[in-house]
Amino acid sequence: MRPLTVRRLLWTCGGLTVALLASVVLALKLGAVPISVTDLVVNLGRAAIGRTSQIPTEYRLIIFDLRLPRILLGILVGAALSVSGASFQALLRNPLADPFVLGVSSGAALGSILAMIIAPQLAFVMPLGAFLGAIATIAAVYFLGRREGELDSTTLLLGGIISASFLSAIIMFLMTTLAGRDLRGMVFWLMGDLSTPVPVSLRWILTVGVIAGIGAIYTTAADLNLLLTGEREAIHLGVDATRVKLVVYISASLLTALAVSASGAIGYVGLLVPHAVRLLFGSDYRLLIPASALGGAIAIVLADTLARTVVAPTELPVGAMTAMAGAPVFIYLLRRGMR
Amino acid sequence: MSASNISTHAFDGRMQSPKPVRNERLNVEQASYAYSATAQSAPTFTLGATSFQAHERELVAILGPNASGKSTLLQLISGTIAPLSGRVELDGEETSRLDTRTRAQRIAMVHQESPVVYPALAGDFVLQGRYPYGRALRFATKQDIEIARNALAQVGADHLAGRTIGELSGGEKQRVILARALAQQPRLILLDEPTLHLDIGAQVDLLERLRQLAQENRYAVVVVTHELALAAEFADRVVLLQHGRCLRVGTPATVYQRELLEQVFEAPLDVETGPAGRPRVNLRARRGEDAE
Repeated sequence: MRPLTVRRLLWTCGGLTVALLASVVLALKLGAVPISVTDLVVNLGRAAIGRTSQIPTEYRLIIFDLRLPRILLGILVGAALSVSGASFQALLRNPLADPFVLGVSSGAALGSILAMIIAPQLAFVMPLGAFLGAIATIAAVYFLGRREGELDSTTLLLGGIISASFLSAIIMFLMTTLAGRDLRGMVFWLMGDLSTPVPVSLRWILTVGVIAGIGAIYTTAADLNLLLTGEREAIHLGVDATRVKLVVYISASLLTALAVSASGAIGYVGLLVPHAVRLLFGSDYRLLIPASALGGAIAIVLADTLARTVVAPTELPVGAMTAMAGAPVFIYLLRRGMR
Repeated sequence: MSASNISTHAFDGRMQSPKPVRNERLNVEQASYAYSATAQSAPTFTLGATSFQAHERELVAILGPNASGKSTLLQLISGTIAPLSGRVELDGEETSRLDTRTRAQRIAMVHQESPVVYPALAGDFVLQGRYPYGRALRFATKQDIEIARNALAQVGADHLAGRTIGELSGGEKQRVILARALAQQPRLILLDEPTLHLDIGAQVDLLERLRQLAQENRYAVVVVTHELALAAEFADRVVLLQHGRCLRVGTPATVYQRELLEQVFEAPLDVETGPAGRPRVNLRARRGEDAE
């Protein structure tokens, strides 16, 4: 018997936080213009004690205007996608569930594009459209995946994949018919990309939304552990399954929607990260959720650093990096089943 | 919850008085149910009014062929569905009116085995039985761990605590699932076809254990099964169902009548009385063909 203790939870999350800080330093350092650790520490220190006037202009531009906002965005997006993947895996009792694989990301993307077409002047309309798109897609995929009242794993995944390609086709249609759009930007956004700066108003919506969404899901962590053994069992052990499912479906869709409206459809993070966390720390959701949030942040920060540097000065969309790593893992998991 | 019920803890040895007082635990009174596709359409399956009681320390078997309404009756008892008419009461309270958490503290259900998605240690699995007593994130207390250990010991599975569920045999897994039910410290334990995937030795072992646990911990135990021989040997009372109708309620000796069982199970059977007064059921081959 090795029940999770508060001590183990805190140590694990502490360790991951240190790893996240290390990857942030790495991401600040690397890029088209490399910055030495000394310069980094000195200038970050200056910013921390409020002496911003002493920071040389080139550093202010590269560190504080370009790299840091992008890294912070990556942290939020990575945490949101990983936690949402872990949640879908518990709700659907399927280790292959992920917002991208299930088509939820595509639904959110379509939702935000439609919102932009209808009311381009409002900042919050994009995440709102993305949220509605995500909710509608997960509902559709859920009902597609049911067979005689039971969720069927294969049907569910097929339903997700088909929904994703259907929605992508509509997005393509909209994109090509909308004149005057930046096509390269659109393609990057569809692949998942952090290079487009996010407007300040959206940053706040994103930060508050991601923290609230992860928090809401975390309150159900003990229930998710039981739901994993089966819904009927969970109910007989005292879980209010209807309430838990509602909270988690809505929160996970919200997280996906926020991530997609900020950075497009970055795939496979929600699959890769929770899986790696399970292998390292076990599958208790009370640990899995915070560890996935931190792990997802690390994964995106590192993947985006790679995307910025492998073919510098040209950049790749970060979604291309995660897909290159994620797709083989998905196939591996599918072939092996789950240990 | 009255003071007398506090002593129903799984590891409390005091209540083994020489002459047990048989309190009535479960009272099913004219309970019926109907399934229909929509609220307006005609029901596709109905369970007719059924009545029986289960006292503490008693093992009741709900017996019948497939699609006779056994599982529906079990769900009614568990309180996850409310009867269309009639009542299902546990210690005087209607089970379907209890909130989910209270219900889980009083009624434990052992389902037919369900697939495990992620590996878990057997000990941690048993700790899940403490869920209805915990708060928020439910970190296990010393007491929870103690209760889970005791539950594993009571089913003779202490040595399995550190193994993952996936590597257990069918019989071992069933014992661990039963231990989780014991960790709930319930008053009533319900089992849905618990012997389905077990070989014969494990089946006998499980039912003997259930009888013993019912005695020691003052549970009422209700088992859904279609195993005629097992029910005859281990049940104090049998509820016989066919096509959603309750045909007979009584001791195995009164319910096991050859013509009745042959008609219900649609198989030629022999019924004789064993040395302990319990009926024995034997299959008889139909002329020229093997009877299943």
